[in-house]
Amino acid sequence: MGMTMAEKVLSRTSGKDSVIPGEFVTANIDLLMGTDRAFYKGYEIMVQSGYDKVWNPDKIVVVIDHGVPAPNVARAEVHRKLREYVRAQNIKNFYDVGVGICHQLLPEKGHVLPGSLIVGGDSHTTTYGALGSAATGIGASEVAYVLVKGSLWFMVPETIRFILKGTLPKGTSGKDIILNIAGKYTVEVAQYRAAEFSGPVAKALSIGQRMTISNMGVEIGAKFAFFEADEKTIAYLKERTYQPVKPFGPDLDAHYAEVHEIDVSSLEPQVACPHSIDNVKPISEIGDIPIHQAFLGSCTNGRQEDLEQAATILRGRKVHPGTRLLIIAASHEIYRQIAKSGAIQTFIEAGAMISPSGCGPCGGTNTGPIAAGETAISSTNRNYKGRMGSLDSYVYLASPQTVAASAVEGKIADPRKYLS
Amino acid sequence: MSIIVRGKVWKLGDNVSTDYIAPGFALDKPWEERKKHILHTHKAFAEGFQPGDVLVARNNFGCGSNREEAPADLRRLGAGCVVAESFDRTFFRNSIAIALPVMACRGVSEIFEEGDILELDFENARVKNLTSGKEIQGPPLVQDLINIVKKGGIVALLKSDK
Repeated sequence: MGMTMAEKVLSRTSGKDSVIPGEFVTANIDLLMGTDRAFYKGYEIMVQSGYDKVWNPDKIVVVIDHGVPAPNVARAEVHRKLREYVRAQNIKNFYDVGVGICHQLLPEKGHVLPGSLIVGGDSHTTTYGALGSAATGIGASEVAYVLVKGSLWFMVPETIRFILKGTLPKGTSGKDIILNIAGKYTVEVAQYRAAEFSGPVAKALSIGQRMTISNMGVEIGAKFAFFEADEKTIAYLKERTYQPVKPFGPDLDAHYAEVHEIDVSSLEPQVACPHSIDNVKPISEIGDIPIHQAFLGSCTNGRQEDLEQAATILRGRKVHPGTRLLIIAASHEIYRQIAKSGAIQTFIEAGAMISPSGCGPCGGTNTGPIAAGETAISSTNRNYKGRMGSLDSYVYLASPQTVAASAVEGKIADPRKYLS
Repeated sequence: MSIIVRGKVWKLGDNVSTDYIAPGFALDKPWEERKKHILHTHKAFAEGFQPGDVLVARNNFGCGSNREEAPADLRRLGAGCVVAESFDRTFFRNSIAIALPVMACRGVSEIFEEGDILELDFENARVKNLTSGKEIQGPPLVQDLINIVKKGGIVALLKSDK
């Protein structure tokens, strides 16, 4: 019988001809990603366990992105130590403060290969599934284990398949697709499973849009969140890596635990309401919700195409008085791109605040948390109670276009009226 | 010899995220401050939880961020185990990694009220309500995972390998 993408990767990396769901394997890791959160902790655990050398420095990528720039002295100390650790281990793939968010940099700098097995000390590691990689998040102790052994246990997951059909209407994007799936099928639909997004709409999506969907795969429970690596993937990677890149996808006769067909032709912009990612409503059902802070950025939606879509709506307009708009490009390279395209001019003239590339206010621990009684609309990936600040605050999740329209109107707004 | 855990039950609902178990705003605070915010969505939890108590939850326990502080802080509080209808996979594997006994079993939340005494036979995946007498059999874990927990977690495994 044919294999799914997850089965193919886990069989290759565990040295088997084939594997089946439910099977326990020990797999060799192709790449380990770490940040100023879990890598730092994992490295110290490694040293405390009596080991002084990582298994392979060339298979490790370290990024400082959660506290950018360091929000306090204690975090600055963490960064300083991280630089020492990276130097001590001769880890060349190190991206210091401001270069970008880990989940943007690994694809952007050519570290992700189709069919690879990647683990990362951050849950949105599933993002790399957009390039056909089996990529998933692990905690600090497991980071320590991989740093030493270069391998990790996995239970082979079943796979759930989403076939995306139809035509994406104007004013909607990958974010609306994944929010719609979360709302319709709940946050547990892919629990313990790999997800594969396929069909003509999946093929038509840009790499960036695929990354948005794979990024939020973890929010519906997915262990891996795959798109097939096709000609688009190869074209994207050929500009970024000298390593050989091949298409990668499931066998035609692979077995799926569940298959859902989703026609996106009548999709409206979607909004995830407080305090759950699956509390999703179409924009036409959202009432009058004033917004205190709008955030555009993150590993979910901080890429050039996201920012350009927002710029289209913000051009010639101003951020609503009483509403703050914070914009953070997911990498320094993207800042270069929007400086060239003029989008950054648009943002500045609209009255937006602009911050260095990093996670920003997404998790409430760094810049720009919101106060009690405040409401935010954000292009990020989580809206748990207190996620972006006070426990008495409210977070709505939406696409970059919806965030931009809302910043202009000072309340949650339909972006489609701004698009001709 | 199996790991047997006994303790007083705290009941939780669906989709309890790691943001609620180990909130972001408290992550960098010292333990004495941080522990006051654990599971802040359950009113009495932070003040009332005693070492040896256990958690029984509904679906998707531990969803969201992969922060290892979520199971680690529960264990540090003295939680004996977490039993739930279902777990977020990252929380589950982080729990194994730090040797916090966890068990997923359909129907388990129905047989417990808060305050009941739970007994978990971790290796044999059996849960008993010692207060009401009800029992339920769950799916046993793979021996390799049981061994990680018995060893004291994945770091203990690393240390012993040296």
